[in-house]
Amino acid sequence: MSTLDVTAIKADFPILSTTVRGGHRLVYLDSGATSQKPTVVLDAERNYYEQHNAAVHRGAHALAELATEDFEAARVTIAGFVGARAKDLVFTKNATESLNLVSYAFSNATALNNRGAGLIDPRFVLNPGDSIVITEMEHHANLIPWQEVCRKTGATLRWIPLTDEGRLDLTHLEDLIDHTTKVVSVVHQSNILGTINPVKMLMDRAHAVGAIGIIDGCQSVPHMPVDVHHLGADLVAWSGHKMLGPTGIGCLWGTEEILEAMPPFITGGSMIQMVEMEKSTFAPPPQKFEAGTPVVAQAVALAAGARYLEKIGMSAVADHEFELAEYTVDALNALVGVRIIGPANAHERGSAVSFVVDGLHPHDVGQVLDSRGVAVRVGHHCAWPTCRRFAVPSTTRISPYIYNDTSDIDEAIDGIVAAQEFFGVK
Amino acid sequence: MDLESLYQDIILDHYKHPRGKGLLDRPMGSAFHVNPTCGDEITVQVNQDPQGGLIIGYDGQGCSISQASASVLVELIHGETIEKSEEIRKAFLEMMHAQGAGDPNEDILGDAIAFAGVAKFPARVKCALLSWMALQDAEIQAGLLTTGEGA
Repeated sequence: MSTLDVTAIKADFPILSTTVRGGHRLVYLDSGATSQKPTVVLDAERNYYEQHNAAVHRGAHALAELATEDFEAARVTIAGFVGARAKDLVFTKNATESLNLVSYAFSNATALNNRGAGLIDPRFVLNPGDSIVITEMEHHANLIPWQEVCRKTGATLRWIPLTDEGRLDLTHLEDLIDHTTKVVSVVHQSNILGTINPVKMLMDRAHAVGAIGIIDGCQSVPHMPVDVHHLGADLVAWSGHKMLGPTGIGCLWGTEEILEAMPPFITGGSMIQMVEMEKSTFAPPPQKFEAGTPVVAQAVALAAGARYLEKIGMSAVADHEFELAEYTVDALNALVGVRIIGPANAHERGSAVSFVVDGLHPHDVGQVLDSRGVAVRVGHHCAWPTCRRFAVPSTTRISPYIYNDTSDIDEAIDGIVAAQEFFGVK
Repeated sequence: MDLESLYQDIILDHYKHPRGKGLLDRPMGSAFHVNPTCGDEITVQVNQDPQGGLIIGYDGQGCSISQASASVLVELIHGETIEKSEEIRKAFLEMMHAQGAGDPNEDILGDAIAFAGVAKFPARVKCALLSWMALQDAEIQAGLLTTGEGA
């Protein structure tokens, strides 16, 4: 039995009591893409707009004060959720922007350095001969920004290959992360394979060669206890909408020292210290990275989501997901003509499980599941090279969360069998 | 939801038994299209015989809708003139953008009329259109069409 009271949790999510496609109960198994939102999150955003809405960090009126307090209190809550201090947490619009903020620190520092424009931290300056190391299981958000940095600077992109089981092949790690390496940016938990990577060891290796270590925590922060200090990274990016929060907010945690050393990404209002016509100086982090009107209502709502998760307890969430991962993997393994892409056991993996069905395209599998009210993700999951590695054009992915139980998994399994029967491949 | 309205028997038949699948030797025009949301791939190639009839070759991988659509395309376009090809392609595009409404002409569309139901599933319209977009590009590349109108 689950460690969570899933029935009670489900009742907190209004959308989960809706029906789809002609009266079918919604079985939402696409939380790897985005999570559903509990009433407390919706209420927090609505209450903010109804009672405190104003421009933050400026203005002398009562609402401006209340809004600023709400925003900065949310920063404390969300930072605390990952064991961090508020001053080391930057809000962005999503995790993709967080990772771009980091990648642009390198290309901007390189451009500034090449023009001799002031004192630039050499750790962020890239030249031909330098290398950036990622893995073959990155989401496009942690791949394409680095491809672009390489195009701009002449640095070389390297990646840690995968084993057939869907884990990192660390055989040649010391050659991949070597004295030329300036960046090691790796996913904590793969969104497509479910694999949980040994990020601490990778960050330690990065630091041993003097590289900056970055972690994409999109699929780990919502699903397991994460303390940024235990990961050993310099920077950790994750999104709000995958952890019960609204869309439009992402997070970037960095060590104080790294955030201070990084040049800004988006520039403009709110991120400055002093402005003249010729030049400007920048505010200290995190404001240095938050140009323009910040994501106030989103932060307030995300903080409510973080509190909701803390009340359940992230250890309990992780235990629940382990049970679901084990259940899903076992059920898929038991189906004839179904192959899991990624670890086919519950060891060091999350509850997101990708699979292919012999003779059936994922789009068609997803369509049959959808006709029964079961929402799954089909496609390459923004990890196209990972699909290529496993010689599949795309996969179907079941990704449950705190509001799912084994009966939801059963619905998906029944739907897969129904798809095999409908298309006559069984 | 009625799965049969999406997956008409004609579509399933073309999916399981694709007609005319295979690439041409030395095509005049060849276009490779992908659906970036799901990774479906199709290559459509065009040649013209001395009488002006189109010779179509294709290869690809993807879902039942995208692959059946390509098979139907070959059946409909192969041997037709470029003018007739354009008439059929435009009728198909119009049907796919009609969201299930409209009055598709079965005389022009033949087996492709089975895709009228697909037009009610916005996520699948792109799948059905993939090979038809590639056809247009291949015809342009072959110098048989000059504009990209109608997309």
